[in-house]
This record gives sequence, C-alpha cells and structure tokens, in this order.
Amino acid sequence: MIDWQVVVGSLPEFARGLRVCLLLLVISVATGFVLSVPLAVARVSRRRWLAWPVWGFTYVIRGTPLLVQLFIVYYGLAQFPALRESFLWPLLREAWFCAWLVFSLNTTAYTTEIFAGALRATPSGEMDAARAYGLAGHRLYTRILLPGALRRALPQYSNEVVGMMHATAIASTVTLVDVTRVARDVYANHLLPAEAFGTAAVIYAVLTAVMVGGFKLLERRYLRHLRTDRSAPAPASLPAVPHPAA
Amino acid sequence: MLHGYLPAILGGLWVTLSVAALSLAAASAFGLLGAVAKLSGSRLARGAAEVYTTLIRSLPDLVLMLAIFYGGQILLNRLTDAQGWDYIDVPPYAAGVLTIGFIFGAYLTETFRGAILAIPRGQIEAAQAYGLNRGQVLRRIVLPQMVRHAIPGFANNWLVMVKATALVSIIGLDDMVHRANLAAAATREPFTFFVAVAAIYLAITTLSILALARLEKRFSLGVKAVRF
Repeated sequence: MIDWQVVVGSLPEFARGLRVCLLLLVISVATGFVLSVPLAVARVSRRRWLAWPVWGFTYVIRGTPLLVQLFIVYYGLAQFPALRESFLWPLLREAWFCAWLVFSLNTTAYTTEIFAGALRATPSGEMDAARAYGLAGHRLYTRILLPGALRRALPQYSNEVVGMMHATAIASTVTLVDVTRVARDVYANHLLPAEAFGTAAVIYAVLTAVMVGGFKLLERRYLRHLRTDRSAPAPASLPAVPHPAA
Repeated sequence: MLHGYLPAILGGLWVTLSVAALSLAAASAFGLLGAVAKLSGSRLARGAAEVYTTLIRSLPDLVLMLAIFYGGQILLNRLTDAQGWDYIDVPPYAAGVLTIGFIFGAYLTETFRGAILAIPRGQIEAAQAYGLNRGQVLRRIVLPQMVRHAIPGFANNWLVMVKATALVSIIGLDDMVHRANLAAAATREPFTFFVAVAAIYLAITTLSILALARLEKRFSLGVKAVRF
C-alpha cells in the first residue's frame, strides 16, 4: 500500500522541484519565443543566405537528442582550456546556465519550424490585400503576417510548450533538483517507487492538464474566428438545424 | 580515430538501433491495439484506450521509464519473495524497450486511429457485404490500406523515438550515450565524444527521412498524385 507519510514528508521537496521545473520552462520558452519569431521570418525568406543557415540550425537541433545536446554543453565545453580560462566560464560551468542555453536553443529550433509553417500557410489574398494597402517590409510582418501566423500556430505551439515542460525532466541529469530529481532522491532514500514516481507523475499530469486548459482558453480567444460551434442562433422563421457535433 | 574508442561507440550504436527497432515493434503493437480499442463498439475498451493515451501524453518519458524500471524491480522482488524464488534483476534492456514501446504506442494509437478513419467507409461495408468476418475485414481491407495513411505520422514518431532511446542510458543500458560517457571520462575529452554521438544521431535521422520518403512512394503507387 501507499506509505502516505513518505509522500507527505517529501511534499516540500517536490514543491521546490516544481519551482525549478517551472522556472526553467518559463525562461527557456520565453527565450525560444523571442528568438524564433525573427528566425521563422528568415526561414521562409526567399533569400537563400538567410533561409539556409536557419534550416541548418533547426535540422541539426531537431535531429539530435536533447540529452546529448545538454551533455555537449554541460560536460563537453570543459574540454577546452581556452574556454575554462575565459570570462564566460563562471556562467558555462553553472548547470542552470547550461540548461537554460540548451533548452532555449532546442525549443527555438522546433518553434521556428512551427512558426515558419504557419507563415507559409498565410492565404495569398491576405498578402495581396496588405500590399494593396501599401504595407511592406517590417510593417507587413508586424501588422498582417505575424499576427495571423502566430494565431494559426497556437495549437502546435501549445504542444511544443507542454513537450518542453516534460523535457525539463532531462535537466535532472545535470544536477538540477527538479521534480524528477526529487523523485529519484525519494526513491533512493526509501526504495518506494510508487510513492516517489507516483507523486512526480501526479504533479506532471496536473501541470499538463492546467497548461492544456490554459492553451484551450487562449485558442478560444485568438482563434475565435475559426470556431464553428458559436454560430449565431438561427432566425425563428427557419427550423433549427442540429449541429453536426451534437 | 576517437582515441581507439570508435569500435566501442559503434557497438553502442548497435544497442541504440536494436532498442529503437524493438521499441518500434512494441509501439506498433500497442498502437494497433489502442487504435482498434478506440474505434471499437465496447465502451470499456474505448475508455481504457482513452486513459492510456491521456496518461502517457501527460508524463515525461524519463519519469515513466524510471517508474517502470524501479517499480518493476520492486514488483518482481515481491513476486520472487512470495514464491520463494531467487532474486531476479529487471533487465534494463527489456525495461527500456517496453517503456519506449508503451509510450510511443500511445502516440501511434492516434496515428493509426486517424489512418483507419481515412479509409472510405464504403470499402468496409463492401467487404462485409462479401461475407468477410470482422477479423478478415481488418486483415485484408483495413490494415493494408491504413499503412499509406499512417506513414507520415509513423515517420514522425520514429524520428522522435530514435532520439528518445538516448534516455535508456540513464537506467544503465550500455547504449551509444553510455559508451560516450565512459570514453569521455577515460580520455577527458567529453566534447569530442558527445559531438560524435550527436553526429551519429543526425546521420540516423537523415537516413530515416530518405528511407521513409521512398516507403511513402512505394505505398502510394496505386494512388494518383495531384500534379501542380
């Protein structure tokens, strides 16, 4: 049976782990968002010298495991004496800094592709209309293309953010004490896997549900124009048509 | 090359690839079962499949892997104690394959479900009209045609799964990442070895993309493509 004393006793540790998990998620996803908007614009550009390096970046990041990327930065960079003696070293030897760097670059690659795909899906009529109004360059993007693309990207982007939340568990391999690390420590101390990993699983599942729910609200707000279930009530003179989803 | 560790790393590559291949087989089995359950008339089967896919998609792979690996060991210990058998270790290889298969089975459930739904309903009705029973309809009509619709989702899952196999090094499997760890510690050149491993993963990804494009062509032979 479940040893509730162990569960309750470890809750403060899990709370601290949850804070680490959320902090890493927020700083990485925020950095990733800021970087991927301009990168996505470059990715869909017709200028090859702009588009190809971005393609190369996303291809390499998306083609290799996050765990290995983290090891390259956290363990690997110490191989170079020049780096160890440089002013960057106090940062690069920090697990937090390495995790932030790697997680940010990782989510940047995936998010860039998501946003680029959404940009490519812009209806050509929107572009024509914008140009007819005399919009070009920077303003064309900030007023027309990006607002539309970011909305369209929302469902996929929410998957990416939830995926990143799950990926923060990998930071437990480089000394960060997140929820997963706490679970492993509790398991090591008590040899009770159901209590240790079960508690972690509940935390992650609740977090997932909350995030999915939050993104649903965002979608309802920003993709309102695509909703079909809020159509205006039929005029009284016409017979009400049952909704197909009903 | 690599201070003589290249053969060791390539040996680890073999472990990585075999874990990936076996996991794919397990995931396909779980996925097919899940898809058939989700589309079945039984409410119990639908509910169970729903719980399965929701639960798996709510948890990090690593947590599931650790839970199955350590939890399985405790369960096995209880069993051996109760039966008076000798102590048995949970083989990390089996734990890794089963966990990854179980996880990606949930994702493939959705892929396969969508692919089955993409088959025109009339074909299944026609098959039933010819007197084929449910098993025959599944084997002869649904599954062969489903493959074509499933390939893009399947390809995506394979690419994600290959990378997920890196996690098995954490539960002590002697894969490529684990060997790179050992070599890095022995030579004090972690960068060299982890970059080498990353390059091998990238090569696997690239080859997979090329192979899957050909596979998609092969299974779409009878379908007229739209020419723009």
